Amino acid sequence: MEINEEQTMLLETAMSFCREKSPMTAVREGIAKVATHDGALWQEMVDLGWLSVAVPEEMGGLGMGIESVVPIIESMGRYLVSSPYLATTLAIHSIATSGSEAQQQRWLPALASGAIGTVALTEAEGSWLLDEVACTATVDTEIRLSGKKCQVLDVQEADFVVVSVQIDGTARLVVVTREQLPRENICREVVIDETRRSYTLDLNGLTIDEDQVLPGNDFQAIEQAALLLLTAEMSGGMSAVLHVIVDYLTTRKQFDQFIGSYQALKHPTVDILLSEEGCKSHVYHAAAVMAEGDPMQTEVAVRMAKAQASEAFAYAGDRAVQFHGGFGFTYECDAQLFLRRALWCQHQFGDERHHRQMLAPLLLD
Amino acid sequence: MPTPAELAEFENEVDGWFKENNPANPGFILPETFMEVGTDAQFEFLRDWQAKVYEAGYVGMAWPKEYGGGGQDQAFQDLATRAMAKNRTPFLLNTIGLNWAGPLILQMSTDEDKQRYIPGILSAQDIWCQGFSEPDHGSDLGSAQCRAVKDGDEYVGNGSKIWTSLGSYAKYMILLARTDTNAPNKYAGLSFFLAPMTVPGVDPQPIKKLTGEYGFCQTYFNDARIPGSCLLGEEGAGWQVAMITLTFERGATGGQAGGLASMDLNVNDVVELARRAQRNGKSAIEDPLIRDDLVRLLIESESNSLMAKRAGITALASDWPNAVPMSGKLRGSELKRRMCKLAVSLQGANGARFVAADAIDGGMWQRSYFNAFSSTIGGGTSQIQKNILGERILGLPK
Repeated sequence: MEINEEQTMLLETAMSFCREKSPMTAVREGIAKVATHDGALWQEMVDLGWLSVAVPEEMGGLGMGIESVVPIIESMGRYLVSSPYLATTLAIHSIATSGSEAQQQRWLPALASGAIGTVALTEAEGSWLLDEVACTATVDTEIRLSGKKCQVLDVQEADFVVVSVQIDGTARLVVVTREQLPRENICREVVIDETRRSYTLDLNGLTIDEDQVLPGNDFQAIEQAALLLLTAEMSGGMSAVLHVIVDYLTTRKQFDQFIGSYQALKHPTVDILLSEEGCKSHVYHAAAVMAEGDPMQTEVAVRMAKAQASEAFAYAGDRAVQFHGGFGFTYECDAQLFLRRALWCQHQFGDERHHRQMLAPLLLD
Repeated sequence: MPTPAELAEFENEVDGWFKENNPANPGFILPETFMEVGTDAQFEFLRDWQAKVYEAGYVGMAWPKEYGGGGQDQAFQDLATRAMAKNRTPFLLNTIGLNWAGPLILQMSTDEDKQRYIPGILSAQDIWCQGFSEPDHGSDLGSAQCRAVKDGDEYVGNGSKIWTSLGSYAKYMILLARTDTNAPNKYAGLSFFLAPMTVPGVDPQPIKKLTGEYGFCQTYFNDARIPGSCLLGEEGAGWQVAMITLTFERGATGGQAGGLASMDLNVNDVVELARRAQRNGKSAIEDPLIRDDLVRLLIESESNSLMAKRAGITALASDWPNAVPMSGKLRGSELKRRMCKLAVSLQGANGARFVAADAIDGGMWQRSYFNAFSSTIGGGTSQIQKNILGERILGLPK
């Protein structure tokens, strides 16, 4: 585990940027605003170079590696920043790991300089096995897509969407551009984390060109990146929710005592502290392992990280609501924002049970 | 500073020595730490082992030569200690002497004391025990009531100390006792002694543990006359000396003689056990519920070691940078307890056996589970640890 000077600076910049741009009032305004994301905020992120971090140098990026995005996403998680950054970064990584050089040249420079991207990998039955897809692409004079993708983040604003489809029985990736995507095929979904803009994407009737099919189908790379980034986001969220709990425990009085003096609240809060410390450790370890490039070791590190974080953050959110008593039951209390965030993250790309199940043969057999 | 080549050569040598000299199974179950030595046979076996390691020059390597140490760089000792762990040798018996009393004497005491005490600590000729806790003051060390009243050139000891491991074998005790009941606060009345266990009036009584074994004593003082020369530090400065001792306990400062302090069971041992143990006619490792429990444990164990690594990187500090170093004992001891509990519970009906030849691994896991409570209780219970972390790290009110 290590962090270089460049990454340290990125972490400091990202933390102060997110703290300033996303106070709790802004988070709540963002939820109420419904439709589009904050374009001005996005432009600032672009200007900071954050969209270039994971883009290879020869494609107009900084070539720092996907793992260098961790400090940025962790900071966003800490301040519940709502932006298409996670979705765009996953689109970048998908194209960088499965796209041909020509395809990378075509899309990555645009994404590095502010175009919005996303990935459409999930379907209605909610499986986490990325290479088992029901949607299809039929190759004819043109390529016709069919089926429905669900829980597609930020697709309303996206310039490029990386979609998983079956071609001749094999799971593949295709890129659909904004012009090929009629608005009526996109329908907003209600998801548990209200800071997310999540959509159902109807592929029926969409057509793309042959050169929009990626030659590679490295679902493992996409999954590993997604697990790392989600865990980074959860790590930030855990620090934040712990502050929310501690603030209440040190200010709220019942029976003439600060409620934090009661061990029934104090001890679980310490458990949350220790799992928060564990979560951050798993994230930066997984990032370091990913940078070294051994896919098997990365597999273990990211799955352990996601399993640990999913369980720990959901517990922290759950206890945050409970420890606020009656206030915790209200929409006004910030605890619910974190519980919703935790549950959303927990169910993206596999919960703790799923990852423990996947880890078992890696660790035990 | 030794060169990398010198270190590599030494590592090779020391690894070979421990491989070759690791004693054969003595035919009785060995303790895991110095706190569980319950029979004379165990004691003699472990004392002989430490003496042999010392003769070979692999303990106290960085301690000064004039007091029986090796006068070498600490790096050599670290390699020797690692070789002991790697070869899973027995631990070094004189734990209190090597890790607490020895470093304390070297740091604070006179040349005469060093000549007198250090060689015996290293060779295990002189066993040391610790007299801090008292029956009525478990986690609250500052309230110690055991008295040492000055009378001429001596102090007269009355009262008792509890959890004195190796008490019946020890020649000396590091003793925290109250020399002044009228001091301005409870800490100022305490003094620290390198006390003899062999004078009349010192009576270590073995305590039978929940395992059914011995290993601890309650040591009674009845008008025991402790020579005034045994005082370490000024009279009334006992609390400060005790705090220095505890920094050695936590391993924060270095200076210990080195060597293995415990036989270390780890999560991989439980995984290996799960391959051998049967549940309903199949290897336990094939049971999906056991698999999930094992993976959980592996993740938790990984979390602990990753936390230690991250804690050393300032740029990756969380908002609570002391949480990791201050929670080491809590996390480590609780993990060990749960680990042993799982090891027992995966054994099918054989989980109900205890230490005996027909139990799996001779009942070692059942005994280890019970003994694991010594760390979740001793040195401040896990519950007290959580109070401390909540109050000092998170700022929660008392």
